[in-house]
Amino acid sequence: MALTARLPRAPALLRAEEPLVKADMVAVAAGCICIALLTVAIFAPLIAPYQPDTINAAAINQGPSAAHLLGTDSLGRDVLSRALYGARLSLLGPALVTILSTTFGTAIAIAGTWVGGAFDRLAARFMDILFAFPGLLFAVLAVVAFGAGLIAPVIALSVAYTPYIARVIRAAAVHERQLPYLETCQLLGYSSWRTAVYHLVRNVRLLIVAQATLAFGYSLLDLAGLSFIGLGVQPPSAEWGLMVSEGDSALLNGYPYESLAAGAAIVITVVAFNVLGERLTARSQSRQ
Amino acid sequence: MNTQAPSRLNGNAAEPRLLDLGGLRVELKTGGRWRTVVQGVSLNLEAAQAVGIVGESGSGKSVTARSIARLLPRGARVSGDVRFDGEPVWAMNRARLRRFRARDLGIVYQDPRAHVNEMHPIGDFLTEGIRDHSPRERRELAVAALGATGIPDADRRLRQYPHQLSGGLLQRVMIAAAILPGPRLLLADEPTTALDVTTQSEVMAILAEQRHARQLAMIFITHDLDLAAAVTDTIAVMYAGTIVETGPSATMHEAALHPYTAGLLAARPRPARVASLYTIPGRPIAAYESGPGCVFASRCAYVQQRCLQARPEPRPLGDHVVSCYRAEELQGTLQQALERA
Amino acid sequence: MLSHLRRWVLGPLVTLVAASFVLYTAVWLQPGNPLTLILGTRASPAQYRYMAHKLGLDRPMPVRYWDWLTNALHGNFGTSLVYKQSVTSLIGPRIVTTFLLVGYASVIILVIGVALGIIGGMSPRAAPVIAGLNGLGVAIPGFVAAEMLTAVFAVKLGWFPVLGTGQGLAGRLQHLTLPAFALAIASIAYVSQITRAAVSTEEQSPHVETARGRGLSGPRILRRHVLRNAAMPILTVSALTMASLLAGTLVVEYAFGLGGIGSLLDQSVQDKDSNVVLAIGLILVLVFVITTTALDFLQYLTDPRLRLRATAKWH
Repeated sequence: MALTARLPRAPALLRAEEPLVKADMVAVAAGCICIALLTVAIFAPLIAPYQPDTINAAAINQGPSAAHLLGTDSLGRDVLSRALYGARLSLLGPALVTILSTTFGTAIAIAGTWVGGAFDRLAARFMDILFAFPGLLFAVLAVVAFGAGLIAPVIALSVAYTPYIARVIRAAAVHERQLPYLETCQLLGYSSWRTAVYHLVRNVRLLIVAQATLAFGYSLLDLAGLSFIGLGVQPPSAEWGLMVSEGDSALLNGYPYESLAAGAAIVITVVAFNVLGERLTARSQSRQ
Repeated sequence: MNTQAPSRLNGNAAEPRLLDLGGLRVELKTGGRWRTVVQGVSLNLEAAQAVGIVGESGSGKSVTARSIARLLPRGARVSGDVRFDGEPVWAMNRARLRRFRARDLGIVYQDPRAHVNEMHPIGDFLTEGIRDHSPRERRELAVAALGATGIPDADRRLRQYPHQLSGGLLQRVMIAAAILPGPRLLLADEPTTALDVTTQSEVMAILAEQRHARQLAMIFITHDLDLAAAVTDTIAVMYAGTIVETGPSATMHEAALHPYTAGLLAARPRPARVASLYTIPGRPIAAYESGPGCVFASRCAYVQQRCLQARPEPRPLGDHVVSCYRAEELQGTLQQALERA
Repeated sequence: MLSHLRRWVLGPLVTLVAASFVLYTAVWLQPGNPLTLILGTRASPAQYRYMAHKLGLDRPMPVRYWDWLTNALHGNFGTSLVYKQSVTSLIGPRIVTTFLLVGYASVIILVIGVALGIIGGMSPRAAPVIAGLNGLGVAIPGFVAAEMLTAVFAVKLGWFPVLGTGQGLAGRLQHLTLPAFALAIASIAYVSQITRAAVSTEEQSPHVETARGRGLSGPRILRRHVLRNAAMPILTVSALTMASLLAGTLVVEYAFGLGGIGSLLDQSVQDKDSNVVLAIGLILVLVFVITTTALDFLQYLTDPRLRLRATAKWH
C-alpha cells in the first residue's frame, strides 16, 4: 500500500497532555485534620495542661485566660483539658460504629451480590425493616433495653447504619459483578470464595473507605446527641455532647465557653471526616 | 459554496451570505486548562446549500457547529467571525439570540434519547418551539411535521412519551421539531450515528427530502465521508480543529487532494478488498495538540521540512480548496495509491 | 395490580408490624421491674404477684405483644406508670407542640434549602460559596445549633425567649423560632446540597441544550426542563428529611424545654415508663414508614418512565 510504504519516521510533534493524577489538596487537608484529631485523642494525657476532672471551686465559669486557654466550666474544670480528653470517648464510639457497620454492610452487600437469589431477597427485606428506624430512635431503643452508656448506642447505631452502607456498596458491586473479568476468573478455575472477596472488594475498596468516613461523622453526631439528652455517656466522664449539655446553665448566664468549645470540636471533626469522605467518593466514581 | 479562497475580496458583497464563518477560533476550559479546540475555521454557505463537515473525533466539528448557535459551554473563548445573514451572532443580545435560535435555526443532535426531555409528551416537545401560535395552530403544525417525517398515526404519537418510541422514530421526531418553525439553516450533528444501519438510511432519506422540499441550508456533521456525500453539495474535511480540504461532494469521495482526506478514503472498508484494512498511522489529534506547522504533519506520509515550520494556507486547486504545500505534486500519487488500495 | 398492592400496602404493613415487634422487644428487655414504680420497693411478694397478674405481666411475651398491638390499633396505649394517666391524654397536647415545631422547621427547610440549592445550581459564581456553607451546615447537629442560637439570639441579643412553649399563636411561634432553626440547620444544608447537585446536573444535560438551541427563554427552561426533571430527587430528599426531623425533636425539645413528644420520650426512657415509650416509638416509626411509602408512590405517579418499567429491588 503506497501510503504506508512511504511513511517515514514521524517526528515527535505531538504535545500529548497526559492527565496527571493530581493530589486533591482539600482532601489532603481534611485527612490531616482527621489524623490530628485521632492523635489528640490518643495522646490527650500528654497534651492536656490539666486533669479533666480536677474541680476548682475558685475558678468557676471563667473566660479564656492564660491559665485556662478555653476557660473553665461550672465546676471549675479546665475546658481545654476536658475537650482534649473528651476526644477519647467522643471518637471511640464513632470509630466502633464505623468499623462494625462498614464490615457488616460490606459483607451483606458483597454476599448478596455474589450469591443472589433468595439470600439477596431476604437481606433486602431485612434492610427494609431497618430503614424504617431513624438511627437515633434505634439508639434510644437500645438504651431502653440495655441501659444508658456507650455500648448499647454503639451497637444500635452499627445496626442502624448497616443498611445505608450496604445499599451503596451493593449498587457498586452489582455494577462490578456484571463485568466480564469475574466470569473469566470463574472459568479459569479460581475458587468462588477467593474471586468474590478479592476482586469485588478490591475494586470497590475506595468506595468502602469513603462510606466509612461518612459513617464516622454521622455516628459522632448521633452519639453526641444521645449524650446531650442524658442517654449516652454519663457524667463525670468527659465527652463533647455531654459537655455541650453541661455548659448550658453557664451559657444562659453569659459564659458559653464550655458549650462553644465542645460544639466546635464536634463540628470541626464532622466537617473534616465528611469532606474526606465526599472527596474519596468522587474519586472512586471517577475511576469506574 | 464559494469554492474560491474564503476571502471577502472577490465578487459582490451586496447580498450577504446566509452563513459566514471567518477564522473561527474556540478555546474551552477543561480540567482547569484552556485548550484550543477549533483553530481558524473559515466556511460560508448560501441559502439552500448543504455542506458536510467530515472529521474524526477531536477534530472540532461539533464545536464548530455549536459555535454557530452559540451553544458552547459557559466561559468558552471565541474569536473570529460568525455571521448569519451578515449579522454577527456573537454580538446578538439575549432576546435577539433567542429569536435567531427559534426562527432561523434548526438543530438535530446525535443522541435523541439524551436530547429530548423524557418527562414531557412528544406533542409538548414539538410545540415548545412555536409558542407564538394558537394552541390549535400549534397542534396542526405538529401533526403536519410528523407527517412530513414519515410518522403515521400522529394523534397517538403526540400523546406518547419519548421512552415509548424507538431510537429511529425519536430521531425523526427531533427532525420534525427542528423543521417545524421553518428555519433557514439546519445543523445536523451526526444525526444517524446512534442508529442502526437500516434506520440510518431511512432517516437520511427524510433529511434529504425535507431539505429539498423546504429549500433548507444544511450543515451535516459526520465522520463518514460517504454519508456526507449522499446529502450535501460540498464537503469540508476537518482535522485538529481546522479545515484541510474543501470540495464538491460529487468528486470528493473519489478524488482527494489532501493526504489526510486520501487516508480517510483509503481507510474505508470495502467488500472486494481481502487484504488487511488500511489505517492512517498514529491517532487523530485535537487542535491543542498540534504544533506550529501543518496540523497533519505528524502523521503524513509525504511530510517535508517546510510542512513542520509553518502552516499551509488554504489554496484553490481545481474545484477544491486545499491546505497543503505539496497538493499539486501529490495529485497523481494520491490517486494511484487510492486506486491500488 | 397485585404487585402494586404488594408494594405499597402489604410491604409497608409488614415493615410496620416487624418494626413494632422490635419496639416491643426492646421495651420488654428493659432492666428493672415496672412493678416497683407502682407499688414501691417494699411491697410483699404476694402483692407483686397479684399486681403482676392484674396487669397481665405474667403472660408470655408474644401474647403481651399481640395484646398491646391490637389495643394500639384501637388507639388505646394503656396508662403511664409515672404520670398515672392514659398515655393518649398525655401525648395529645404534646403532639401539637411537636408537630408545630416540625412543621415550622419544614417550611424553613423547604424555602431556604431549595432556594439556596437552585441559586447554587444555576449560578457558577455562587456555587462554591453555597457548597461551603452546606458542608458546614450538615456538620451542625441540633443540640449544638440550639446552644449557639440561644447564646447569640436569646442571651446576647435578647430577641427570643430561652425556654418554654409560649401562649397564643404569636407567642408560640416566637418561642418555637429558635428551636425550629436549630432543628432545621443541618437539614437546610442537606436539602440545599441535593438540590444544587440535581439542578446543576439538569442544567448541563443534553435536553436542556436542546431547549436552549430552540430559543426558549431562561425562566421557561428553568421551570419546564431543569426543575421539572430535578424535582423528584429534591422532593424525595425533602420528605425524608422532614420525616427524620421527628427524631431530631428529641434533642431540640430537651435543649429548649419544650413540652413535646420528643422530650417526653427522653423523660420516659429515663423513668422507664414503658407504655409511653412504646406509644411514642410507634408514632415515630409510623410517620417514617408512611412518608417513605407515600414518596415512593408519588414518584411512581409523576415519572412516566417508571410506570412502564418493572420495579427495581433495593431502590
